[in-house]
Amino acid sequence: MGEGRSQTNREAQTDAGKSLPTPVLWFSRSQLIFGVQSWNSSPRCIPRPGSEKIVGQMFTAEEWEAIELSLWVATWAVVASLPLAIPLGYFLARWKRPSKWLIETAVNLPLVLPPVVTGYILLVLFGSQGGLGGPLEHWLGIHIAFSWIGAALAAGVVSFPLMVRTIRIAFSGVDERLEGVARTLGSGPLDTFLSVSLPLAFRGVLAGSMLAFARSLGEFGATIMLAGNIPGRTQTIPTAVFSLVQTPGGVSRSGRLVLVSVLLACLTLAVSEILERRRQRRESA
Amino acid sequence: MSQLSFRASHFYPGGFRLDLSFRTTRLVTAIFGPSGSGKTTILEILAGLKHPREGFVQLADRVLVDTASGLFVPVQQRGVGMVFQDQLLFPHYSVQGNLRFGERRRRRSLNGRVTFERVVEVLELNGLLARHPRNLSGGERQRVALGRALLSSPDLLLLDEPLTGLDEELKTRVLDYIRRAIREWRIPTLLVAHDFFEVKRLADWVISIRDGGLEREGPAEEFKV
Repeated sequence: MGEGRSQTNREAQTDAGKSLPTPVLWFSRSQLIFGVQSWNSSPRCIPRPGSEKIVGQMFTAEEWEAIELSLWVATWAVVASLPLAIPLGYFLARWKRPSKWLIETAVNLPLVLPPVVTGYILLVLFGSQGGLGGPLEHWLGIHIAFSWIGAALAAGVVSFPLMVRTIRIAFSGVDERLEGVARTLGSGPLDTFLSVSLPLAFRGVLAGSMLAFARSLGEFGATIMLAGNIPGRTQTIPTAVFSLVQTPGGVSRSGRLVLVSVLLACLTLAVSEILERRRQRRESA
Repeated sequence: MSQLSFRASHFYPGGFRLDLSFRTTRLVTAIFGPSGSGKTTILEILAGLKHPREGFVQLADRVLVDTASGLFVPVQQRGVGMVFQDQLLFPHYSVQGNLRFGERRRRRSLNGRVTFERVVEVLELNGLLARHPRNLSGGERQRVALGRALLSSPDLLLLDEPLTGLDEELKTRVLDYIRRAIREWRIPTLLVAHDFFEVKRLADWVISIRDGGLEREGPAEEFKV
């Protein structure tokens, strides 16, 4: 199995090597946001002036790359999902037709599908020969498979149901009649959504984002299928742990990454929980 | 009052049926009837929050609903202000934010008719502006909800059980504020209530309904239960 995997990695590496024009497009934006110079290695998402030394003592370069990439991928997974998850969550909260279950099932599917299967479907769709991946590569030069974009896509799809669910609950908690009041005061549907519904559900949207972020950090199955496990390019914390454990003495050497993973998960869940409690307290007030 | 014509048939899932037609030219018209007689539905149809199965609504020279021709003016374009029974102030805005909500969105041509300063003065809201709805008493909430509806400068004002849930003393005070507002801006008003004496203290014209249909109508001073 190890051999098969490393072969996949090698293939993936050459594949990713070809996909350099894509990162240019994306990372130039990341440079704007984060002020990062090197786009041709891994996307560096955390500005760390002078932190090299401390970090160098705590983590190996590979570990640090996996941590950075995980945070980067999870952030993009959340940011890219939100514009879809917010309207969908609202729609599911407000629509009353019985046929709603069909959409609900489709949205929740990644929650129950084995992530590897989700990853397989994504690979079929977004691979170089895939129905969506092909045109994207041909027309826009965007490579999804075996790139960090693929990792973000996999994480985004798998965490999407959690995000939509939390957002839907938040919108369900907003009194529909408040929207009616806004309408009688001269506000159109979109204006009402932006000035009443969304602000009142905002904490829920934030909590859903945190939850999806935590889930994205831990995404493994779909990620390894679609993005592979290329150190410095698509290797996230979970896939790095997986690789480490398979090397001699790897179980003890992966301890640091496991600890980081646990800490990050606890932190995001705690923030999500605090937001949720505040919302409940405000509602009961 | 410019004339208001209302005719609607509406069925509820439970089997209840509203089938009512009335017309009024008075400044303050009250619809009164027991709970569950379809009063709130009438207001919701007027405001545009509910589509009647069949009906026709005309306010002055504007037709708002005509199911025969498929006409249904969207809520935000009706110029119908509504004060809900439980006020429904926006919890994420201060009193000032609530009051300004409708003012900011009203048609430009209406600016100057109902001014923020005057509403604050008439309804004595000055001390409340920075407060949050959750820190207001029932009577205060009612005044803010009324002020918010007035500031959208409506052509028709709807009041749903404006005095319910207030004690006797507060009822008299809120009633006084409502009267002042109606007198000040002469906005045609339609209110619904289940208590006839509340109705009589405000209205010029009374319509009583029962089981979703018209029972009786007449001028308030001649109306007896």
